[in-house]
Amino acid sequence: MNQLLQRELTATLRTRGSVTNPLGFLLLSLLLFALVDPGAQDGHNSYLSGIFWVLILLTNLLSLDTMFRRDFDSGALEQMLISAHMPFVAVLLRIFVHWLSSGLLMTLFVPLFGLLLGLQTETFLPIMLVMVVGTPAVSLLGSIGAALTVGFSRGGTILALLILPLFLPVLIFGSACISAAISGLSFAAPLTWLGLFSSSSLLLAPWATWAALKISVEMQ
Amino acid sequence: MSGSVTASLKQLWHKLGSPRWFYQITRNWVRGFGVMAAVLLLVGCIWGLAFAPPDYQQGNSFRIMYVHVPAAMVSQSLYLGMGVAGFIGLVWRMKLADVAIAATLPLGISLTALALFSGSVWGRPTWGSWWEWDGRTVSTLVMLFLYLGIYALREAIAEADLRARAAALVSLVGTVNIPVIKYSVEWWNTLHQPASFTLTEKPAMPAEMWLPLLVMVLGFYCFAGHNVLSRMRLEILRREANTRWVAELFAAKSVPASITKES
Repeated sequence: MNQLLQRELTATLRTRGSVTNPLGFLLLSLLLFALVDPGAQDGHNSYLSGIFWVLILLTNLLSLDTMFRRDFDSGALEQMLISAHMPFVAVLLRIFVHWLSSGLLMTLFVPLFGLLLGLQTETFLPIMLVMVVGTPAVSLLGSIGAALTVGFSRGGTILALLILPLFLPVLIFGSACISAAISGLSFAAPLTWLGLFSSSSLLLAPWATWAALKISVEMQ
Repeated sequence: MSGSVTASLKQLWHKLGSPRWFYQITRNWVRGFGVMAAVLLLVGCIWGLAFAPPDYQQGNSFRIMYVHVPAAMVSQSLYLGMGVAGFIGLVWRMKLADVAIAATLPLGISLTALALFSGSVWGRPTWGSWWEWDGRTVSTLVMLFLYLGIYALREAIAEADLRARAAALVSLVGTVNIPVIKYSVEWWNTLHQPASFTLTEKPAMPAEMWLPLLVMVLGFYCFAGHNVLSRMRLEILRREANTRWVAELFAAKSVPASITKES
């Protein structure tokens, strides 16, 4: 299992573009919002919490599209499905590594984005906490769509159509948390729901992803 | 007693694996559902539009309910049914499950769209706007997108067996998610009046108002049964076009075989 994790991590680190490009996209879209809405800089804009999560979801969509693609093209994915003793664990590891390079990485960049948007520094830690709790669900649910569309030559739009509706609970509870955090209120209730959503995704999504990968590999 | 019931249920389960058996058994069902739908919808429409008393607050505009509520209920039931079919298709690889999903999609999409449209028309006089980002409106819109997603996915995969498995998987994932989405969206914001019918409580409306609604709901369900079963039968004929029983069927009826040539 350690070897598998090491392999996934090395593969991710060696294709730096797949990690840094989505991050650049996130930064650039924040810039666009700041340009069209100068009020976004004073940190009290009510749209801010929503925009933040929308951008995170869209950025994830970009990196999800490449989640399985390289291994699918090279045939490594097929080998993984055939040879893995525990396919559930193999799939889960892949999702975990995706989360490290998308959700967790974006969380680490929260202070930078927060400064750009003029947020109070006290809110950085709560926002990071919310993102750590919420983004696993995005990687987990997204992996189902990524696995289903990996065989399509232009899977991006179908991936968006299939997966974005499933992200709604993350968006709703996540932005409720962040707007409460920005106004200094308690956000324990939506955070609990977010955690529940993430953990139930953890329980169910890898099975669906595994089934979807088997379909895609046969399609090849 | 219970042993024989289980045995006959098991037998039914195995028979469901045979498209031919399904085609033959549903011939009368389609007719029955069709007749019942025609009668119920006619009675319900006349009763609801002409004889039910106007609402003391909403006047006559509440009559949109007689289309809106049944369309919303049936579209949700159809989605649920698609999820069940997806589960059956994934676990038992039953051919009929995919036929059912394919047959449910067009009606499900149209009824969801109808529910949204009629809701919008109803919202204009009662809420004062064509569209409100209300919880239940949004969850219906999301359901429309989930339907369209499955439709797009089916369009994108050429190979029949893989298309069936992919659509079954997405239907199942969507059905598991719909309660969560619905709950979270309603928690987020709701303006909508509560459900008109629940299984556990007496309706808040007087009987003269909800009885025609009940008739309309039953009529919509019968229509859905008629529509989905007819589509399933047609799809079975298309898929089994090269088998002997279909050839015999057409020879006996001397129907031009052109509709089976398409696929």
